[in-house]
Formats: sequence, structure tokens, C-alpha cells
Amino acid sequence: MSIMSWAEAKAIIHNSIWKQNQGVVAILGMCPVLVMSNNIINGVSLGLATSLVMLVSGAAIAAIREFVPNELRSPIFILIIAALVTMVDLLMNSYVHDLYVVLGIFIPLITTNCIVLARAEAFASKNGVAHSALDGFFMGIGLTVVLGILGAGRELIGKGTLLSGIDLVFGPAAKSWVIHVIPAEWNYQFLLAILPPGAFIGLGFLIAGKMALDRRAEARARLAAKAAEPAGLVEGQSHC
Amino acid sequence: MITSPFFVKPTPLQVVMLKVAAALLPAIAVYVHVFGIGILVQLTLATLTALATEAACLKLRKYPVKPFLLDGSAIVTAWLLALSLPPLGAWWMVVLATLIAIAVAKHLYGGLGQNPFNPAMIGFAVMIVSFPAQMSRWAAPLALQSGPLDAGAQLAYIFTGRLPGGIGFDAIASATPLDTVKTVLIQHGGLGDVLQTTLFTSGGLLPSQMGWIALAYLAGGLYLLFSRIIPWQTPLSFIAGLGLMAAAMHLYDPNHYTSPLFHLFGGAAMLGAFFIITDPVSGPTTPRGRLIFGASIGVLTYLIRVFGGYPDGVAFAVIILNIAAPFIDQYTQPAVFGRKAKQNDSSKKGAKP
Repeated sequence: MSIMSWAEAKAIIHNSIWKQNQGVVAILGMCPVLVMSNNIINGVSLGLATSLVMLVSGAAIAAIREFVPNELRSPIFILIIAALVTMVDLLMNSYVHDLYVVLGIFIPLITTNCIVLARAEAFASKNGVAHSALDGFFMGIGLTVVLGILGAGRELIGKGTLLSGIDLVFGPAAKSWVIHVIPAEWNYQFLLAILPPGAFIGLGFLIAGKMALDRRAEARARLAAKAAEPAGLVEGQSHC
Repeated sequence: MITSPFFVKPTPLQVVMLKVAAALLPAIAVYVHVFGIGILVQLTLATLTALATEAACLKLRKYPVKPFLLDGSAIVTAWLLALSLPPLGAWWMVVLATLIAIAVAKHLYGGLGQNPFNPAMIGFAVMIVSFPAQMSRWAAPLALQSGPLDAGAQLAYIFTGRLPGGIGFDAIASATPLDTVKTVLIQHGGLGDVLQTTLFTSGGLLPSQMGWIALAYLAGGLYLLFSRIIPWQTPLSFIAGLGLMAAAMHLYDPNHYTSPLFHLFGGAAMLGAFFIITDPVSGPTTPRGRLIFGASIGVLTYLIRVFGGYPDGVAFAVIILNIAAPFIDQYTQPAVFGRKAKQNDSSKKGAKP
């Protein structure tokens, strides 16, 4: 089996990050998205951990897809995913322990994140190893982008900072990297954005924003198509 | 002579809103008497913000601005919100609360008539969740302040946060009656003689001076009731729910649970009963549904006040029941006129009558 062409890879990446973005289009895996998006560091870390699991689980599941009996596929997939999550869990515990404590239960819960199983079921069990690995990883990256944007927005509105908690990842020296967009002395705080309602409202705005961008692109494409066609033929198509 | 059948001409929304605003006026007058003109500043700020936000949202949504702006619904929302925030709160609080009420709770859900939640209560809930400290900074009633603030000082405090003569806000601050009772109960486990302090005795017959504001709300509410602007079921069942709960608990242990009068004339109970839970958009529409709705809010308000973390529970109770309103409506549909009450869909389609 040959490795995929660049065009194929581009199609998979575009599909994963934009067209079927798991956070704002498929709206899967809401539990970690809503809870862990209260700042950039939490959101991106969890997103990257998920991406890593999905990269390996996509490849592993695609590799054994021919031998898995159809009736037993769910428990087998879950078993593989759970084993991978345990590895990520142990790795994070040893290397970024402070962050591990903050993310807490949501690392083991990557196992039950429906995005991971959904991609295993919908993509990895039907496609080759390289394709599945790529799909899994970029689906995770798509989620990471959503978590990052949502985290940045909530952090900025809620506390007026960006990258707070970065010392959990890079050690105490990184404490000064935190960006105080609103000066720290002002004691600015808007708790709502940090609390769960902020996650729901923020995600709602992200979904609406994605839809608006899509619609604008669609309208532009239609205009371009209209301009390209002879004037007489356009009438019937303008309503679709 | 004119005979039946008559057509009932629906009252235009503008008239409804005008009457609701008019019914709030006596309470605003008493409010000014008790707390000073700070509340008028808050009302003005809220009204201006509401109109500006409403116009901006309508413009963004490509709706005609003028008819919606003139229907008065935004102004009523703004007034209800301003009346539930602390009278000497900083100017940005009422502005932010109104902005959220109109833009998020009303227009994001589809505008007038589409909002599942009462916009004013969402604005209030956002504020009390986000700024618990600022939201509990109530000034004492003017009569209880050692040197009452004059109008200019109140105005200056709202806009600059500074008081004349270098006195701190604590000098004129006082917890609300509900807050005071809650704190005393947590600290001492019993009411003791807290109800004999001036905050409570200055109210005369009513539990505190704020009780008189509540009485004015009641008067305005009765006007709305008799001019058929609001149905009787919701306020009555709310008062019954809250009052009966309070009465039962008060009888059980008077040293721990305050009287029903205290609960009905404290906090936002009367404002809620006649002006907030009667919102025609976010409440149920069936008569039986309204009874269930009002009573549930009453009971829930009591539970939140007495056992919950916040001193007053009207806003949260209203929001919770708002989202239950479609469900209540579905199960309380009255029988269609001319049919027996117990008929359901399958028997209607049956061959035999």
C-alpha cells in the first residue's frame, strides 16, 4: 500500500480542521470542551493530549481493522484507546505533574471522549494506516484550535490575562510569560466567563462565527459562479 | 343596542408596556424616599443602555428599528433590572447588566416574543454570579445613615466610586434584611434579637423600610391585575407558595425561620410576583399551568432563600421555571371548548362519539 498523495492528505486535513471540526461542527466531546476551556493552557494541553491519543489509536485501529470481528469492534476499539490513554496519563503525570493535577479526571476521560471512538468507528475502521493516523491527529488538532480560541476568549474576558498557568507546563521560570492584557493591579474579573455558563455562551458564538464564515464563502462562490456564467442561464439557479 | 358576539380588540403592546411602567411609578417614588435619588440615576442609565442596545441589535439583525424601539418592552426590562440592582451600585454594573439582558437574553434568542428566559432576571443572575461582592453592597436606607448622603454625593458615588469627606462606603452600607437574617443564622444558628435592630423596626408594621417599597409594588401590581394586563393565577399562586412555605416553617421553629410577612415583603418577592413572573413571553399560557408555575417559583424562592447560598432566590427560581414553562404548557392544555375534559387524541378519532 502506497503512502497517500499530497492532495489526499490536504483533503483529510481540510476536512478535519475545518469542514468537520469536531468541536464546532460535529459538536462532539462537549464535556472536556466545556470544562477545560477556561484558559488557553488547559484547553490546548488537553487538546494536544487528545490529538496524541487519536494519532496512535487511528493508526493502531486501522492496522488491525481486517482482523476485528464486526460484532466485537466497540470493546476492542475501547480497549486500544484506553491503553493509549493510560500511557498518556502516566506520561503527563511524570513530566508535567502540575498540569496533570489541574486537568485531573479529564485525562483518563479522553477514553470516553466520543470524538476518539467516533473517528475510530467512522474513519480508522475503513481506511489505511497512514490516512487514519493523519485523520486522527488533525481531528485532534481541530479540537485543540477550538479549545485554544475558546480558552483565550474566556480567559481574556474573565480575568484579562492570556496564557495564565503557563508555569504548569514550562516550570516556575515561565511565570513571567503570562500576558496581562488588562493590568493586574486593576483586579479585573468577570467571573461569568470563567464559570460554566461562559463556556456555553462562548462555544455558541464560535459555532455561529463558523457558520457565518461558511455562509459568506458560499455566497462569494455563488457570485463568482454567476459572473462566470452567461447572463441568461443564471435565473433558475439563484434559488438553490 | 349592541349585542353579542363581540370581538375583543387586543391591547397593543405599547399600551401594555406603558401601563406596566406606570404601575412601577409608585414603587419608584417610595424607593426614592427610602434610598435617595440614586435609583433615578440607575433607571436613566438602564433606559439609555437598553434603547441603545436594542437599536444596535435590531440594526444588526436588519429589523426595522423604530417600531420595536417604541414598543417599550426594552424600557420595562431596563426598569425591572435597575430596580433589582443595588441603588448605589457603580454605573458600569447597571450598564453591563442591561447590555446582557437585551443583547444576550433577548436578541440572541430571537428578539421580542422569542426569549425563553426573562431578560431582566438573566441580567441580574449574570451580575450576582459574576460580581457577588459588588452586588451585596447595598447602602442603608437614608433614615438609618448617620449623615445621609445628599443627591450630589450619590450621583458622584455612582460615577466615580468616591464619597465626600473621605468616608468609606462601609460607613453608609448595610446588608439587606434578607442578607442580615441569613448571616445571623449562619453565625449564631438562631435569629435571636436581630429583628429588634433599627434596620427592621424602622419599617413600622412591615418588616423593614424596604417593605414599603414592596407594598408599592403590590399596589402597582393590583392596578395591573384589575386592568387585566396580567392574569391573576401567577401572582396569587406565587404569593401562596412562598407564604405557605414560610408560614409552615415559621410555625415549626419561629426562632429559626422568619415570618411569612417578612418573606413576602422582603427582597424581590412582590416585584417578582406582579412584574417578573407575569412576563407573557417566558411563562406558561394555560390557566392551570400558570398556577403550577407561580406556586413552584414561590416554593423554590423560599428554598433558595433559606437553604441556598444566595440571600434572595427570585431570579434563580424564575429562570429555572422559565425553561420548564413549555413543558408545563404541554401537560396543562385545557379541553377544547365543547369537548369533554378527559377526551384524548385516540378517542377523538374513534368511530363512536
